[in-house]
Amino acid sequence: MLEIKNIHAGIEETEILKGIDLEIRPGEIHAIMGTNGSGKSTLANVLCGREDYEVTQGEVLFDGKDLLDMAPEERACAGIFMAFQYPVEIPGVNGTYFLKTALNSIRKSKGLEELDAMEFLTMVKEKMKLLDLEESMLSRPVNVGFSGGEKKRNEIFQMAVLDPRLGVMDETDSGLDIDALKTVAVGVNKLRRKDNAFLIITHYQRLLNYIVPDVVHVMMDGRIVRSGGKELALELEAKGYNWVKESLGAGV
Amino acid sequence: MVFREGVREAEPGRKENNGTQDMTQSVQQETGWHVRNFEALASANGVTPLRDIRQGAFERFREMGFPTLKHEDWKYTNVAPLSRRSFVRASGGATITLEDLDGLLPPVSGPRLIFVNGAFSGELSSADTVDGLTVSPLSSVLDGGGDGADRDAVEKHLSKYANLDEKAFVALNTAFLEDAAFVRVARNVSVEESVHIVFVTTDADLPADEGLAVHPRVLVVAESGSELTVIESHIGLGGGLRFSNPVSEVVVMENARVDHFKVQLETDETYHVGSIHVEQARDSRYTSNSFMFGGLLIRNDIDPVLDGEGCESNLNGLFVLGDSQHCDTHTIIDHAKPHCNSNELYKGILAGKSRGVFSGRIIVRKDAQKTNAFQSNKNLLLSGDASVDSKPQLEIYADDVKCSHGATVGQIDTKALFYLRTRGIDEVSARTMLVRAFAIEILDPVRNRELATFLEDLLIRSLEKTR
Repeated sequence: MLEIKNIHAGIEETEILKGIDLEIRPGEIHAIMGTNGSGKSTLANVLCGREDYEVTQGEVLFDGKDLLDMAPEERACAGIFMAFQYPVEIPGVNGTYFLKTALNSIRKSKGLEELDAMEFLTMVKEKMKLLDLEESMLSRPVNVGFSGGEKKRNEIFQMAVLDPRLGVMDETDSGLDIDALKTVAVGVNKLRRKDNAFLIITHYQRLLNYIVPDVVHVMMDGRIVRSGGKELALELEAKGYNWVKESLGAGV
Repeated sequence: MVFREGVREAEPGRKENNGTQDMTQSVQQETGWHVRNFEALASANGVTPLRDIRQGAFERFREMGFPTLKHEDWKYTNVAPLSRRSFVRASGGATITLEDLDGLLPPVSGPRLIFVNGAFSGELSSADTVDGLTVSPLSSVLDGGGDGADRDAVEKHLSKYANLDEKAFVALNTAFLEDAAFVRVARNVSVEESVHIVFVTTDADLPADEGLAVHPRVLVVAESGSELTVIESHIGLGGGLRFSNPVSEVVVMENARVDHFKVQLETDETYHVGSIHVEQARDSRYTSNSFMFGGLLIRNDIDPVLDGEGCESNLNGLFVLGDSQHCDTHTIIDHAKPHCNSNELYKGILAGKSRGVFSGRIIVRKDAQKTNAFQSNKNLLLSGDASVDSKPQLEIYADDVKCSHGATVGQIDTKALFYLRTRGIDEVSARTMLVRAFAIEILDPVRNRELATFLEDLLIRSLEKTR
């Protein structure tokens, strides 16, 4: 589904990603762990098309198509969703209006009929229950006045409505209390299917107790330095990132 | 009227400033287009009750002349083309149909007066009204139509608030006062429907190099305890040079309430220089909502006088400019009595090489204790070549007041734009969504939802010129 091949990318003159290779197949959950500054978020931003980041080398294929050649909205229509670490507040844009426009835009690109207001509301209410959200959230402007936890849950809620093939979660767990974390995890687990996939970028292992990954990657200094099963996350939690660094040092 | 005296005192030296200007201009004025227009009107239109008013106003205009950039109030807005170029005063003769106005009239029910190229069109208008509401061309009131109360109201209020001694364009409008839209709501009558006044300009037979000039006039009298919504539309069809010079006078008596909308949809070669003059009595409430979407150069003066305790005055406005459009709003809110509130919010959306000007003057008289006056001017620049001048002026002579003002200039939030796009919304739609979000503060309080939707559609349509 997603093939990342030898991606080098950075901001202005600074190279942050120094050759990333990653392949995600349908039905899989991948987790990328790493310390601050390791390049995790840069990878997420490259995938969703933020213009500040320049890709200097390598390619990313999504369903065989060149992802880097697509505008952010085309990536969304192709089936990529990004749950942001810091969702933006958009005063004056009503939540329902925003999400309905987004959904219908994506449906239209797939040649599907647009949903009318009633169909949309019925669908949305169902997804809200899934994530234990209050309906008042939708009538408010997008993310305005939301707590940190509400913003993160709102991202997962949008993901549930837009139903992407690949959900990328950029530190969705950071700053969440345990109840909010569980809600997010329950949401993701319910969305999980054979034909979709998730890439979970996280600093902490805690989320992975609730969303069990198929593959765990450790990132350091712009590279994936180690990949393994879910037990790698536990080991990392117990021994710390220095352990990876040292074991790498020993290997060199 | 002590407070009016005060306005003059607050601007000492204004007349001295343009003394020499008057001399040089007066030579040109003897042959200016307005002289020819005035003489034509005078000869075509023998004796009418308005003749003296017109004569006085015309003389006053000749003394003042067109303002120049040297006038403090006209520092940012150059109306030299109006004196340099030549205009013919519109005198009807054009025929249009309601279909021509498709999509330009708000879909609201209520009596409607339509003027086409300065002349009242009985055919297009529908002046059926409820008891206690008069909606009529001024000419028919003066010809003896309507009841005595209407004639009394005209006599008492017409040309009493629009200050032609100080405002050249008010004098010019009054010099050509032949007909007007007249609206009167009787005491304690609450009108549910909206009264709609429409001024249309359309192509006319003109000599080469002449523009078309109209001087629309509105008088609204809301008697005590009454409630009224008035929508004033200025619409341009066809093309060519135009000058639209409207003046509205609104009298809001004790405990009355008037919601006044002004929707400007004129052609891109139109100079629109208009003013609204409001006289408010005790416990009255007036709201002005201005929507400026068309025109080449727009100047809008709105001057409410809060002349009784417990008044509320709300001035809201939104303009969308592209290309080299220019929109200048000058407001003077005169707090003459204690315990009054005023709220002012003007928002501008500017693209291309357009320019916006906002000058908000708030005067709090010595006796006007416990005044609350809030002013805000926010602008969204969609291009690096667009510019805004914002100038708040607070003149406070009382000591127990709350006044505040603020002005902002911003750009589209690129983070928000990106966020919307990552959700599958294309760039143009995402931009439109954010611009609409900026404007929504002005549209949201519009209580009539059909009108609000209509205004929002106009906004979205006018955004096309900003791309």
